[in-house]
Amino acid sequence: MTAVVDRPARPATRAERTDSSPRSGRAGDVAAHLFLVGWAVLVTVPLLWAVVSSLKTDREILTSPWTPPAQPQFHNWSRAWTEASIGSYFVNSAIVVGTALVLTMLLGSLVAYALARYTFPGNRLLYYLFVSGILFPVFLALVPLFFVVKQLGLLGTYPGLILVYTAYALPFTVFFLHSFFRTLPTAIAEAAFIDGCSHAGVFFRVMLPLARPGLVSIGIFNFLGLWNQYLLPLVLNPDPDRYVLAQGLAALSVSQGYRSDWSGLFAGLTIAMLPVLAAYVLFQRQIRSGLTAGAVR
Amino acid sequence: MAAMRHGKYRFLAGAILPGLLLYAVFVLSPYAQAFYLSLTDWTGVSGEVGFVGLDNFRRLLDDRLFLSALRNNGLMLLVVPLATILLGLLLAALVNFGGRRGSTGLAGIRGGEFYKIAYFFPQLLSLPIVAVLWQFVYHPNEGLLNGFLRAVGLDALAHAWLGDPALALSAVMAVLVWSSVGFYMVLFSAAMESIPRDVLEAAVLDGAGRLATLRRIIVPLLWDNVQVAFVYLGVLALDGFAVVQVMTAGPGGPDGATEVIGLGLYRSAFTYGKFGYAAAMGVTLFFLTLAFAVIALRASRRERVELS
Repeated sequence: MTAVVDRPARPATRAERTDSSPRSGRAGDVAAHLFLVGWAVLVTVPLLWAVVSSLKTDREILTSPWTPPAQPQFHNWSRAWTEASIGSYFVNSAIVVGTALVLTMLLGSLVAYALARYTFPGNRLLYYLFVSGILFPVFLALVPLFFVVKQLGLLGTYPGLILVYTAYALPFTVFFLHSFFRTLPTAIAEAAFIDGCSHAGVFFRVMLPLARPGLVSIGIFNFLGLWNQYLLPLVLNPDPDRYVLAQGLAALSVSQGYRSDWSGLFAGLTIAMLPVLAAYVLFQRQIRSGLTAGAVR
Repeated sequence: MAAMRHGKYRFLAGAILPGLLLYAVFVLSPYAQAFYLSLTDWTGVSGEVGFVGLDNFRRLLDDRLFLSALRNNGLMLLVVPLATILLGLLLAALVNFGGRRGSTGLAGIRGGEFYKIAYFFPQLLSLPIVAVLWQFVYHPNEGLLNGFLRAVGLDALAHAWLGDPALALSAVMAVLVWSSVGFYMVLFSAAMESIPRDVLEAAVLDGAGRLATLRRIIVPLLWDNVQVAFVYLGVLALDGFAVVQVMTAGPGGPDGATEVIGLGLYRSAFTYGKFGYAAAMGVTLFFLTLAFAVIALRASRRERVELS
């Protein structure tokens, strides 16, 4: 366990403002560190345990839960990927989330820009109409939504999930980007108009590039939000061939329980966690600020 | 400017209408329909909608399982935001100010950046995946938690965490807190970094201890963030669906011990086809959420502390 904790002290740079003179309060220091290390252990150990267990045989998981595998069983992963369909769930998630993300960013930024930079009758009303969607719990809409999607013949289809994901991501996207577009300078846009640029041209060629930092933040926020959807696919996506990742893994764990394939489930869990964790390690600063930026606004 | 007016409304229509259409069809219309459906006895067969007034809501009050759900969501509302915010504040304060004191002030702790990275991990995983993970952790025989307790000789403390009605809800709440603390720790930590050093140094010079500095100086300066956190966590606590549905027996068991409103709604609608009744649960949940948000924002309103 110490290996987990010791390693990280190395890359720490920014937060170090320590005074080198040894002074009183040593006991306090130790207590502070113990507490911080304790929570770090609590967070990382279950995750590491799942990854390590995914490389063991079922027998090893049951008989020696604490030791690393005698031989890493990478075929657990391939078994989960193919036989347990984690692979196709992964692909489904990528298709649905990728398309919904592009659509959300396009429609959301268009609406936010139009409402933030143009005056016209009904502007305020439309803004509040969009933003009010943040306040409502999805559970309220769940039953009627099911029938709306069903009547449109979109139940259990990619387009159905994509359109619904996009619609529910719009309120926050509009809210966030609206305040962002308001802060952008007007002079550049006016210059572009004088040069004969069309409204759409100003938006796509001038304003969108200027709004890049805001787009990146809300893009990260939306990607994780959409990737982690559970309730909507559970209700609107009943076809097991089209399950998205979280939905498929949860169904797998509920249906086969602990009885049969422990290592396969751990492998599926690891496959579901690793890409997100890897992306986080690479882009952790942007991801953290992107996600927390949403909360502060 | 003439150039700006040219084609303005055509552009506005093109920019707003696609998004508005999607939003109206899939978000606004279902929300509006929900209120009407909650006053009917609809079972999903078209043409057979009977208006029953407030009958569904009256029946909710006699529904034993729904009352357990209300009680459980209420308990979660009391425990989850408070525990998460306290832990988040404490961890953020330790990282930012827990280091060895310099001659005049409070210092960040060694490895602070690592702690932020590690603590934030669970926030990135979706709750059903977190629930699958914790189902393994809580497993009575092969689980990590009982395995650990037995390994250190505390066999007596090993339990069937999700199987014991007295413990199951706490186990669920622990998972929600576990997955949220890191996010709020990072949020609070960012706010703490923007507190001017001299304010804190003045407090320390005036003889304020660490706890007093945290309680009297730092937390009041972070009040806006704490308020936001409280509202978000309250909404999370009024939900709880994904964790309960994936992790608990039944789900919602044992014996309704982990039943939540969302689970009852899901079951009424998509298992029993009682769509009017389920819509009434949705409307109840909406008003609970609204009441909570209003009360939370009102009750926690304080004089804003401004740093000039």
